[in-house]
Amino acid sequence: MALPLAFFGIFFAYPVAAIVARGLRTSAGDWRSERLTQVLSDADTLHVLWFTVWQAAASTACTLALALPAAYVFARFDFPGKQVLRAVVTVPFVLPTVVVGSAFLALLGRGGVLEEWAGLRLDTGVWAILLAHVFINYAVVVRTVGGLWAQLDPRQEEAARVLGASRFTAWRRVTLPALAPSVAAAALIVFLFTFTSFGVIQVLGGPRYATLEVEIYRQTAALLDLPTAAVLTLIQFATVIALLAVHARTVRKRQSALSMVPAEQTARRPRGRAQWALLTAVLTVTALLILVPLTVLALRSLDGPDGYGLANYRALGRTSDTATTAATFTVPPVDAIGNSLAYAAVATLLALVTGGSAALGLTVRNGTRDGAEASGTGAGSGTGRGAGRLVRSFDSMLMLPLGTSAVTVGFGFLVALDEPPLDLRSSWMIVPVAQALVGVPFVIRTMLPVLRAVDPRLREAAAVLGAPPLRVWREVDLPMVGRALLVAAGFAFAVSLGEFGATVFIARPDAPTLPVAVARFLGRAGEVNYGQAMAMSTVLMLVCAATLLALERIRTHPSGEF
Amino acid sequence: MSKHVLRAGAAATTVIALAGVLTACGTGQGGGEDSKTVTLVTHDSFAVSKPVLKKFTQRTGYKVKVLRGGDAGAAVNQAVLNKGNPQGDVFFGVDNTLLSRALGKGVFAPYKADGLAHVPEKLQLDGKRHRVTPVDSGEICVNYDREWFDKHGQAPPRSLDDLADPQYKDLLVTPNAATSSPGLGFLLATVEKYGAGGWKDYWKKLRANGVEVVDGWEQAYNDRFSGSNAGKGKGDRPLVVSYATSPPAEVLGKKPLPAKAPTGIAERTCFQQTEFAGLLDGARNAKGGKALLDYMLSKTFQEDLPLQMFVDPARDDAELPEVFTKYGESADGAATMDPARIDAHREEWIKSWTSLVVK
Repeated sequence: MALPLAFFGIFFAYPVAAIVARGLRTSAGDWRSERLTQVLSDADTLHVLWFTVWQAAASTACTLALALPAAYVFARFDFPGKQVLRAVVTVPFVLPTVVVGSAFLALLGRGGVLEEWAGLRLDTGVWAILLAHVFINYAVVVRTVGGLWAQLDPRQEEAARVLGASRFTAWRRVTLPALAPSVAAAALIVFLFTFTSFGVIQVLGGPRYATLEVEIYRQTAALLDLPTAAVLTLIQFATVIALLAVHARTVRKRQSALSMVPAEQTARRPRGRAQWALLTAVLTVTALLILVPLTVLALRSLDGPDGYGLANYRALGRTSDTATTAATFTVPPVDAIGNSLAYAAVATLLALVTGGSAALGLTVRNGTRDGAEASGTGAGSGTGRGAGRLVRSFDSMLMLPLGTSAVTVGFGFLVALDEPPLDLRSSWMIVPVAQALVGVPFVIRTMLPVLRAVDPRLREAAAVLGAPPLRVWREVDLPMVGRALLVAAGFAFAVSLGEFGATVFIARPDAPTLPVAVARFLGRAGEVNYGQAMAMSTVLMLVCAATLLALERIRTHPSGEF
Repeated sequence: MSKHVLRAGAAATTVIALAGVLTACGTGQGGGEDSKTVTLVTHDSFAVSKPVLKKFTQRTGYKVKVLRGGDAGAAVNQAVLNKGNPQGDVFFGVDNTLLSRALGKGVFAPYKADGLAHVPEKLQLDGKRHRVTPVDSGEICVNYDREWFDKHGQAPPRSLDDLADPQYKDLLVTPNAATSSPGLGFLLATVEKYGAGGWKDYWKKLRANGVEVVDGWEQAYNDRFSGSNAGKGKGDRPLVVSYATSPPAEVLGKKPLPAKAPTGIAERTCFQQTEFAGLLDGARNAKGGKALLDYMLSKTFQEDLPLQMFVDPARDDAELPEVFTKYGESADGAATMDPARIDAHREEWIKSWTSLVVK
């Protein structure tokens, strides 16, 4: 427990507190409380807050509505190309939001594909924002909920049906309670992600729509109005904390030990007309929502100055040393891919270690009555309800980075981590650390439902038989959570690979990641630069899909059996 | 001593060790303390070619390490926040719209770079104090799509007044002045031209004439401007607020090279933007920093700039690449404004502009 606590404290709480304090105190050290009331009473602030909450709630609802059926289909049906498709739906997650916005404009905007084919034009506005948010977060639901669903023993539901329950009742009484925590976790993550939406809102919303995140960015990065930014950050915090509290209350009631089986045993080919219809419907939605925009991007990357071809990719390979007239501005693409992979790998490792030990600490304490099992900050749950609450609030607290503005974290790093022994400002480590902050919540949220579902009696039995704690973990927990661990690793990796917000604000050694390279290309006029941005984005998609596929392959290794 | 105290101790030790490793990586890899390294802090669009950097190392023995932090505004603000304990030795990328903020906060230490004699007076906005050195300049101008105007048998606009003329109704798209630097430059051009009293009326006319505001330059130029090859002519607006160097950029990669750039600039709509570099106050390697500033004004570096960052060199004797001389147009009468005046009114102007045009 001490490890995640220290990580969180040093790399999140301290920098954010430092930058907020910088904004709220005068140079003489007095608190500027008048700014708080001033900003709070501003009608614009309330308007922004309302829009932020509203669009996040709507985006979450839309995402759940479209992605839950897909989670079911991916968990329970076997169909050709399933693994590839599961990797591909995660790709939108790593794409820079500017690119996502641009792809949606190409589809829905003026002269877009939709207009050419169907005379329909959605253009910018709320609907475009919601659609893009579903596009990006679809995988969160499919993978986190689907990951657990695939391992639920279908025989439990079948048993209920044998005992006379209708199909729906059996699902409602058996499967739903088992899934609820992971659905809630996915919903929470989607909400937090859309709550702090930045790029999508900017591109598809235009200047009329702003979220708190956009406002904080404007106040911090453009105007250097730190007092206002600090107040807005506090508002964002308060909202997120309130949400986390509600979430913690609703989820806690429904923990139950589950019977789990390997995913391979639960999925089978669809049978009957209803199942085929469901499969077809889900695949159609997935194709329209995810594959079409991705294809549009890939096609654009092939659309060079002289028609379709690999010209844009060739332009990527040209470095400034050889070019005589054109395209001298390049980040050698191989370098950017290498940088991205290296950063993401380190970030994933950090996130897994930190998030994993946090998740384990949280489960062990809830699962045992013996206070001696607990370590770190306080006593275990055995010592009373107060401590239990402390543990629970820590659990929620680790979600905070998802609900915090990237610019706040980035600037916080610069202000707080600027003195030895922790002058990380020019170290390459600052990038994976910032990325891991966003990855940790994924790891915890993916692993907790599974870890909590492990029957504690198994651990007790192992302990009674003389296994030391580490062995208990290795023999009992690890095999059960192996899949969750990989899902978590996949997400942490994808998040890190696509992370742009926090890393771009951190001045860092000259080692641009793929998203940063894309942004640099997009920021220049000319067909060649734009084409290279699209080519880079396509490379990013492929790298992401390939890595996730590789992760899935590891999982199907026999060691996953139990 | 109970078991869990022990374990907490062990965990805490691990964390401290981890932090130690992190810092070790930081200083070891970064080499920030190394007197043979000069650290350049800059924004995300900074670019320089490798041979030019190598030449600097050959000449002076210093290696350059580049740190980038977000867009120009964010990078300047980071420098302000890190004042006195800077991340590097030289900062590049503060422009005239942000200059007063940086100078007012005392971010830079004075240094008169070699080669300043070749830089026109009008670019030397810090006068004789030399806290900053002008490195490049450019103009923010309305660009037009040549083909669109040819096809419609219409003359493209030339001045700010023209843009408000009904014959150019619904043709202009501009990036948001609150979030984009060309957007702000265009707003400043109108304030300079019509004065503190008149610019709002002008924008009311522009609004009535159907000006469209989008959030970033990328959207304005790539997605909406019909003359952008990136958009493959899908954009629906033939006029966009961009840079005077955008037309040459449109020519790059074309084979064979066309006789004329596909886009042009409306010459009396421009605002002058100059970018500066300065020695950071408290720099660990001030000597190397000064050498780098000298180098940034050398002809080698200056002549590398245009194709790297699409700007004009600050030195008047630097030779321009052919795409610039052949396809670029210069706007001699570009509007300028005293940085102190910009600093004093920036927020107020942006605020009124936003409520006037966006809402």
